[in-house]
Amino acid sequence: MKPPRFRYCAPDMLDEALSLLDKYGEDAKVLAGGQSLIPLLNMRLAGPAYLLDINHISELNYIETEDGYLAVGATVRQRQVERSPLVKEQHPLLVEVVQHIGHMQIRNRGTIAGSIAHADPAAELPALLTCLNGEVVAQSVHGERIIKADEFFTGYLSTALNPGEILTEVRFPWITPQSGWAFAEFARRSGDYALVGAAAVVTSSLDDHCISAHIAYLGIAGLPLRVREIENMLIETTFDEKVLDEASELARTFVSEDMEDVHATVDYRRALTAEITRRVLRMAWARREH
Amino acid sequence: MQEQEDTSMFSEENLISVTVNGHLYEQHVPVRILLSDFLRHELHLTGTHVGCEHGVCGCCTVLLNGEAVRSCLMLAVQADGMVLTTIEGMAGTNSELHPIQQAFQEKHGLQCGFCTPGIIMSVHAMLHENASPSEEEIRHELSGNLCRCTGYQNIVEAVKLAAERLRESHTEVK
Repeated sequence: MKPPRFRYCAPDMLDEALSLLDKYGEDAKVLAGGQSLIPLLNMRLAGPAYLLDINHISELNYIETEDGYLAVGATVRQRQVERSPLVKEQHPLLVEVVQHIGHMQIRNRGTIAGSIAHADPAAELPALLTCLNGEVVAQSVHGERIIKADEFFTGYLSTALNPGEILTEVRFPWITPQSGWAFAEFARRSGDYALVGAAAVVTSSLDDHCISAHIAYLGIAGLPLRVREIENMLIETTFDEKVLDEASELARTFVSEDMEDVHATVDYRRALTAEITRRVLRMAWARREH
Repeated sequence: MQEQEDTSMFSEENLISVTVNGHLYEQHVPVRILLSDFLRHELHLTGTHVGCEHGVCGCCTVLLNGEAVRSCLMLAVQADGMVLTTIEGMAGTNSELHPIQQAFQEKHGLQCGFCTPGIIMSVHAMLHENASPSEEEIRHELSGNLCRCTGYQNIVEAVKLAAERLRESHTEVK
């Protein structure tokens, strides 16, 4: 199998990459870990005239703690995050989510930012970024833009990135130590794309009522979906069984009618969504500190 | 004029130098050739198998700077300057089997053998990182390699045996 013809370039400097992309952006694709783009080339579902490989841009290989968020540079591999003592200690939900991506052979090459930029609605990281209301940094020769997750994902494999922009950094907001968090997904085979999954983060007050809840899903619509209706109904509750029943029934209704394919029917996805909602909320609530 | 200079930075063929199983190769390659095809067609190292060619089956797994990766999901030009190990690099200089290969033979960890090179490379990476994996860890780490013959049971047994022997001989997996 051979990818279609393209021209290739692997600059060392971000400036160089940005000016090339400024010129050829319309006909170019950015290559990072390649775990989604190379299969698309192999199957000839993508045929860019130019491939801009950013793997040599060492200034984009960083994991840094910032005020308010963990910053992950564009060339950081998923495996790097999974193994990082810093991330394990300070952002355990990110590690938990990353461990659900593909297999270790995939995570050894696949990047955090690449998964975000590819914006597969069944992928884990876009759902996590949406759940946390994180941000990305997009750079071009004209400067940088900071884009919120809910504005970044615009549809199936579609984002707010312009052709001349490179996604240079992903920002995962910190979760306070008092918050409980959970991630769960269902895939038919280990490492496959999940049919449905969800990430949740909850916080309770001193008298142990929910004061904040975030929940976002993968696999239920054409893009990662945060469901504020569920979040709102959880506020002030104590996550008793009745509340969890209501939340999972509500979640069912957010599964898009067109999520029907060879892997699962809409009804099956709705059943999974209800059950996964119950599980992540129960687990997140159990992990909170109060 | 400026335009022409920029275009020349993009190329359709590159000179790469890669070290594969201890040998340095310097070769011109078309930029669109996959690492798996480069190994098989250019270097004639046909032990690396290609199954699905989109990252699912694991047959083409090789070690890239010591880490297990899918060679079908990389371009050969991306391996420029890197060190690769393929199944051909596992046996010793006198063709004695690597302890992992020996264990697979003894435990019947293969039938048709098509998936075996990829599995051996994945096991190599696994045991390098964790010398005493539990059965659950073995199964988890092997989830990225599909085998349609064995039912996996004997593969798991082979990995256990290989891990035990490597621990006993105090050999770090290299």
